[in-house]
Amino acid sequence: MTAAIVRRLFQAAMVMFAMTVIVFIAVNVIGDPVDILISPDADQIERARVVQALGLDLPLWQQYLRFLQAALHGDLGQSYVYNEPALGVILQRLPATLELAVSAILIAIVVGVPLGLYAGLRPDGIVSRIIMTVSILGFSLPTFWVGLVLIMLFGVQLGWLPSGGRGQTAELFGVQWAFLTKDGLAHLILPSFNLALFDACLILRLTRAGVAEVLPLDYIKFARAKGLKETRVIGIHVSKNIMIPVVTIVGLEFGSIVAFSVVTESVFSWPGMGKLIIDSINVLDRPIITAYLMAIVAFFVIINLVVDLTYTALDPRVRLQGEGS
Amino acid sequence: MNAAVLEVRDLRTHFGAAKAVDGVSFSVARGEVLGLVGESGSGKSVTGFSIIGLVDPPGTIVGGQIVFDGRDITHSSREEMRALRGRRMAMIFQDPMMTLNPVLRIDTQMIEAVQAHENVSRADARARARDALGMVGIPSPDERLRAYPHQFSGGMRQRVVIAIALLHRPDFIIADEPTTALDVTIQAQILAEMQELVAQNNTSLIWITHDLAVVSRLADRIAVMYAGRIVESGSVSDVLGSPWHPYTAGLIGSVPSRNRRGERLHQIPGMTPNVARLPTGCAFAPRCARADAMCAQAVPLFTAGMREHRCVHPLPEFRK
Ligand SMILES: Nc1ncnc2c1ncn2[C@@H]1O[C@H](COP(=O)(O)OP(=O)(O)O)[C@@H](O)[C@H]1O
Ligand code: SF4
Ligand SMILES: [Mg+2]
Repeated sequence: MTAAIVRRLFQAAMVMFAMTVIVFIAVNVIGDPVDILISPDADQIERARVVQALGLDLPLWQQYLRFLQAALHGDLGQSYVYNEPALGVILQRLPATLELAVSAILIAIVVGVPLGLYAGLRPDGIVSRIIMTVSILGFSLPTFWVGLVLIMLFGVQLGWLPSGGRGQTAELFGVQWAFLTKDGLAHLILPSFNLALFDACLILRLTRAGVAEVLPLDYIKFARAKGLKETRVIGIHVSKNIMIPVVTIVGLEFGSIVAFSVVTESVFSWPGMGKLIIDSINVLDRPIITAYLMAIVAFFVIINLVVDLTYTALDPRVRLQGEGS
Repeated sequence: MNAAVLEVRDLRTHFGAAKAVDGVSFSVARGEVLGLVGESGSGKSVTGFSIIGLVDPPGTIVGGQIVFDGRDITHSSREEMRALRGRRMAMIFQDPMMTLNPVLRIDTQMIEAVQAHENVSRADARARARDALGMVGIPSPDERLRAYPHQFSGGMRQRVVIAIALLHRPDFIIADEPTTALDVTIQAQILAEMQELVAQNNTSLIWITHDLAVVSRLADRIAVMYAGRIVESGSVSDVLGSPWHPYTAGLIGSVPSRNRRGERLHQIPGMTPNVARLPTGCAFAPRCARADAMCAQAVPLFTAGMREHRCVHPLPEFRK
């Protein structure tokens, strides 16, 4: 077990290292920030001074080594726009994105798993068919469009819910959170449902497929032949087997939700990392872009690790492989 | 023999147009072993699932009665059937690799089986589970209880399944080809153990198989199934010694050990029929050398003492 974890941690470190190279090269290809940072009428000397200060005159590989060395010390550069450490700027926005992503994934699970179970247990029922049809819609409609419809409907027409910004926040562990205040919670509803829609449908379909696959198996029939109550057959014997793919998807999608909250955050003016990165790309604030990409990669790596560990807890056969015995 | 523990009367279980079981009748006395034989697809498993009330949809029991311990349970509620299953009637499946839930430990799967029918503490249920494992010959049962199914061999898994079936000392057990997936030595061991265990508890046993050698070792009586019907039944010695139905004779002729050296193996020609399109008359007619126009009419059940068959041209020359 420990050996497996150490191996995974090492792999994770290698992935992070490879990403520094990719991110650094990618970011150096998108245009020259100097054009944006310096007013067009600045003279040549002023221009050279800025370039030198930012280290942009050095060869690319030297710039990379500087970047890597600083990165190892947690320094991903100074934001050109905010004039603060880029990582700090990103991390300030992290709670907003995190609470949006977490509420979205919770909604997706709470909606997706029970509906998927229901549809799987009664595959031919009318309700199941309606559920499945709606889930295809939820799958295929573009997120930004659904977001706009939500705003039109609940924000503008009905006026039930606020549809922009984060509302009031309250402090917990030294961080500002919206979900702690009534106003913040109201602001959270529309964007988190918008962000949850795709994954709720995904989890729903996955759960239903899992139920359809597991129900006819002998061990379910044998569980019934033992005289177990139906609640136990479904709640333990079926559920424990379908939880494995669901956990995988929840894990992987959590990363994607954080990464792709860009769209929802922009539509709902949610002040998270996603909105920050769009703004930063517009002004070519390279350190922020770099820091954002590195943060997202770190996020994916951590989530994958957690998913793997959850796997071994859920499936005894995986555990044995992980131990290499 | 004393009164029947289980009596199946004219059971009909259909999957839409497919008449998987179509008019099956038999009874099993207390402590008796009945061998239910027939080629694959003849409706043996569906018969077993019908009895314990676990026919897969879209299958339904469309006719007949299942009388257990003097009570008609054909239309019992789901909860009534659940209370009987595992406690008074048990079933063992063909593939031990698939019968146990791969993600639950053996103790979980045994303790829940005890607690489904008895209000006992976890510790007591666990002790019962351990004793049951010991009884079926699993070494160091305390330790094995904490293992997962994949840590057992096929034979050991089938022993666990048998132990679960025996937990509540049921009145009868339906064993659906439980040794087919195992190798020959293990098969013989499990057969012998099973025989002893049911004899000790005076449990009735319905042993489903396509292997006549197993039936001749184990069973008191035999019922031969073909296309959803029992075509011949009687004591094992009578039926295997002098079959009356040409299908039974064909099955016996295709057992290798019964053929004398140099004699050719007689496979039954042709294929098992599609139970969705059965003829009015004898379903075996397309494969039968004795078939004639009479066989196209509905074939009644002929009874002679304890023996029964469905053939208008039985094999008199086999009679001793
Ligand atoms: N789940 C099912 N769906 C549809 N038809 C089935 C199903 N199970 C069994 N049948 C039908 O019942 C027939 C008998 O099946 P079965 O009882 O499993 O045969 P056996 O156990 O004798 O090999 C099959 O040939 C098939 O036509
Ligand atoms: S009834 Fe006719 S076809 Fe059927 S087994 Fe007897 S002889 Fe053969
Ligand atoms: Mg079968």
